[in-house]
Amino acid sequence: MVKLEVRKVSKSFEGKKVLQDISLELRRGELVSLLGVSGGGKTTLFNVISGLLKPDEGAVFLDGEDITGRPGRISYMLQKDLMLPYRTIEDNVALPLLLKGVKKKEARLQVSSMFPQFGLDGTEKQYPAQLSGGMRQRAALLRTYMFSRELALLDEPFSALDTLTKSAMHKWYPGVMEKIQLSTLFITHDIDEAILLSDRIYLLSGVPGRINGEIIIKEPKPRREDFNLTPEFLEYKREILSLL
Amino acid sequence: MPKRNIPSLAAIALLLLTWQFVCMSGLIPSYMLPSPVDVLRAFVDELPLLWENSLITLQEAFIGLALGVGVGFLAAVLMDSFEILYKAFYPLLIITQTIPSVAIAPLLVLWFGYEMTPKIVLIVISTFFPVTVGLLDGFRSADRDAIGLLRSMGADRLRIFRYIKFPTALPQLFSGLRIAAAYSVVGAVISEWLGGFGGLGVYMTRVKKAFAFDKMFAVIFLISAISLALMALVELAEKKCMPYRYLDKK
Repeated sequence: MVKLEVRKVSKSFEGKKVLQDISLELRRGELVSLLGVSGGGKTTLFNVISGLLKPDEGAVFLDGEDITGRPGRISYMLQKDLMLPYRTIEDNVALPLLLKGVKKKEARLQVSSMFPQFGLDGTEKQYPAQLSGGMRQRAALLRTYMFSRELALLDEPFSALDTLTKSAMHKWYPGVMEKIQLSTLFITHDIDEAILLSDRIYLLSGVPGRINGEIIIKEPKPRREDFNLTPEFLEYKREILSLL
Repeated sequence: MPKRNIPSLAAIALLLLTWQFVCMSGLIPSYMLPSPVDVLRAFVDELPLLWENSLITLQEAFIGLALGVGVGFLAAVLMDSFEILYKAFYPLLIITQTIPSVAIAPLLVLWFGYEMTPKIVLIVISTFFPVTVGLLDGFRSADRDAIGLLRSMGADRLRIFRYIKFPTALPQLFSGLRIAAAYSVVGAVISEWLGGFGGLGVYMTRVKKAFAFDKMFAVIFLISAISLALMALVELAEKKCMPYRYLDKK
């Protein structure tokens, strides 16, 4: 079943075309990556999908409903965790509920039940400055999830983390995603990360940015511990490099 | 007593001792410069009168400060919401601050009389500026990505203000408030100099005319003590409102 569909989206800035005829879809429970070089229009596409930007042409559908240019339906998460430093972790995470009009007490109750699943128990009353980068990203992800329970839009979420933390997040994320039945659209410029996590990968390249190929990663989930050391993994990598 | 305060307290003590020594040595006649002990004695003798006048000055300062902060807040919100207002009034705001308050105080007395009104007006004029400028800077330093995130979650302008802009501006608001608190006392005293029926400024002009330098010094110290106390009060509120800035580093 298709969760999110982007249909023939084009977008220009000041006469310069950034995106050309972008079409992609995300099925329920899938993790799909959008892989491309930095500055290739990925973030523009994200802003179009989240409704913050209106495309010049094309449309965005969520569960079959046209949500083009309408913010408030899909939330996203960036490389910057954007935890508000003046709110405790629980109040940061509860923010989307407060914005939907849920009472503060009720919102706190709802979020606190999710803390253990995200490995955040005990951090409720702490402030973001007291948490490590990896923990802050988890909290940011939980906040994204509190806003839209079925779809996460992640823009290079792990690229600011150190290698070890990043690798821990790579192991952790697919598990939690399955547990809470989340579909994920993932933007990244990291080829290894895309192969490691994705069911499918769309390749975005060129000026203006176009979809230049779609790679299906057939390796079953959960992935083997040493998947990134196998010949199959390298084969995928070679194929992607030749297309980019 | 925190250890870091020791050097500054020692310096103050040294200064007072030197002053006392100079007075006792007879280098300067005592009617020109009273010794710290004389000042302290004058302070104790005049305590009832000083207390009575302090209440008047404090009342003016509080009312003026509250109104000034209110006006400053309103001005900042309006100028932040409407770019045209910002462009139109920001330079004007700066210009108003180049006019010394001593220069407009007599005018205010002519316009509003000897009662409390001209004093409060002067305090409002001198306190709203640090608040407005602090808040404006704070609003403008709000993280654009955080605003974008909240917008993507469906937040309207009011909520973006409540959840992002206002809390982001709190540190600057408090810096502004600390300055405004000090200005409010000084503003009250200055306007009392130029006419009034009571208050520390009026008391000051009275003892000056009597050449009672010991009382003069006593009231000067009292005024700076009041300013310091107000600033400490602001600091206390700051710590209460922004616990996240005073976290123990682990």
